[in-house]
Amino acid sequence: MQNYSAFSLFKQALGGHAGWQKQWRSPEPKAEYDVIIVGAGGHGLATAHYLAKEHGITNVAVVEKGWLGGGNTGRNTTIIRSNYLFDESAALYEHALKLWEGLSQDLNYNVMYSPRGVLMLAHNIHDVQSFKRHVHANRLNGIDNEWLSAEECKEFCPPLNIGAMRYPILGGALQRRGGTARHDAVAWGYARAADARGVDIIENCEVTGIRRGVNGAVEGVETSRGFIRAKKVGVSAAGHTSVIMDMAGVRLPLESYPLQALVSEPVKPAFPCVVMSNTIHAYISQSDKGEMVIGAGTDAYTSYSQRGALHIASHTLDAICELVPMFRRLRMLRNWGGIVDVTPDRSPIIAKTPVPGLYVNCGWGTGGFKATPGSGNVFAWTIARDEPHKINAPFTIERFRDGILIDEAAAAAVAH
Amino acid sequence: MLLITCPHCGPRAELEFSYGGEAHIARPIDPTGLDDEAWATFLYKRSNPKGVHAERWRHLHGCGRFFNVLRDTISDTIVTTYPAGQPRPALPSDGKENAR
Repeated sequence: MQNYSAFSLFKQALGGHAGWQKQWRSPEPKAEYDVIIVGAGGHGLATAHYLAKEHGITNVAVVEKGWLGGGNTGRNTTIIRSNYLFDESAALYEHALKLWEGLSQDLNYNVMYSPRGVLMLAHNIHDVQSFKRHVHANRLNGIDNEWLSAEECKEFCPPLNIGAMRYPILGGALQRRGGTARHDAVAWGYARAADARGVDIIENCEVTGIRRGVNGAVEGVETSRGFIRAKKVGVSAAGHTSVIMDMAGVRLPLESYPLQALVSEPVKPAFPCVVMSNTIHAYISQSDKGEMVIGAGTDAYTSYSQRGALHIASHTLDAICELVPMFRRLRMLRNWGGIVDVTPDRSPIIAKTPVPGLYVNCGWGTGGFKATPGSGNVFAWTIARDEPHKINAPFTIERFRDGILIDEAAAAAVAH
Repeated sequence: MLLITCPHCGPRAELEFSYGGEAHIARPIDPTGLDDEAWATFLYKRSNPKGVHAERWRHLHGCGRFFNVLRDTISDTIVTTYPAGQPRPALPSDGKENAR
């Protein structure tokens, strides 16, 4: 792997930039691997990277039906934070956030992690009480989160309207270490680092079946490019997890919904942080290109259509126009949808399955991007050792049977 | 936005309706007779198909009644709607292809 540095940039510039290598290979699938990961999104590629780096398992294939990073990794609004209420979630998302802080160095790839602060706005008494509870719970877990009055919110993020509106801003919870990262670079950086350690990333290779032996254990996957043998298969397929797991006869407590996002025309730097408002459904930050990146809600109904209804996006824009009046004349350039797999308690599943050799990392719902490094890290551990890491041990499939939910849905009172 | 045909009121915009999740999931007649696995399946496990999905909708801002919809989750095309209590209609052999 070519090392990226200021010196290598200078050296390549002298050669007219003709000497750059491809960041990863496009290998033909081998007949057999130790581990196959289904889905080359951020989570799948991160899993492959940590399998190779931390567990020495390099005979790994990541199979992807489309192109690398073309699913939800390339469709989300790139928000990173770890201020979750429950201890289990806090540990998982904080594990991810700590990895974000050193990720560019680890991958030798600039993922543009920008801890510019995530401000979650409170609009009613319930929000105020709930967010203050989050602040206290987070601080007990050693996670930074602080309460700001409405005036302090305005000081931290001057474009906000803290005057009269339908749902006035009563204050906010600020996680200063939260922020954004460049979503594509995360997929590319993990792909390049995993590839350098020998992982095969096989694009345009759709899984069409999971083959199981007479004892029920996994033998490999049928794909559009032929059968590939492996004793361990990790499914990291986001919205299509139900479809893949159905091939192995496993039904999970998941439903898939379209989640929308939009970007505006690019403007000069105008918005200093990430602002989220769960109550009125607005999520906004400014990308380094200058676009306002706006997250909307999910549709009410399950779908695989990768597009949402216009009234969902328009509802979010109503809220943005009230929150940040100066954006009222901003034009939206594009909107799109991604399919998110949602669990009943809005917490993920990172676990072994009833099928020997089959592992699943799913249920990230509307907020999987922030967890990418941590999710891949503990999923790699789970696959390599055939047992969960202590951080993902609570995130089983069996928690729904045993009633040990990690109910972030109730904690946040909305989709998040 | 979907155009949904309420079996009682006719075609109306999606905004008049609320979604009620997967249809034809009957509450067990004897809940205490179920083991934890079966109860979890009733509570949480859904078919989540990529294809035709039977689901409940309620005409909240209309007649207020629940009814069922067959919708293709790939294209969001509504195949048919039918009153609550009726069994899921068999699809015409080419219905699925048309829906896509």
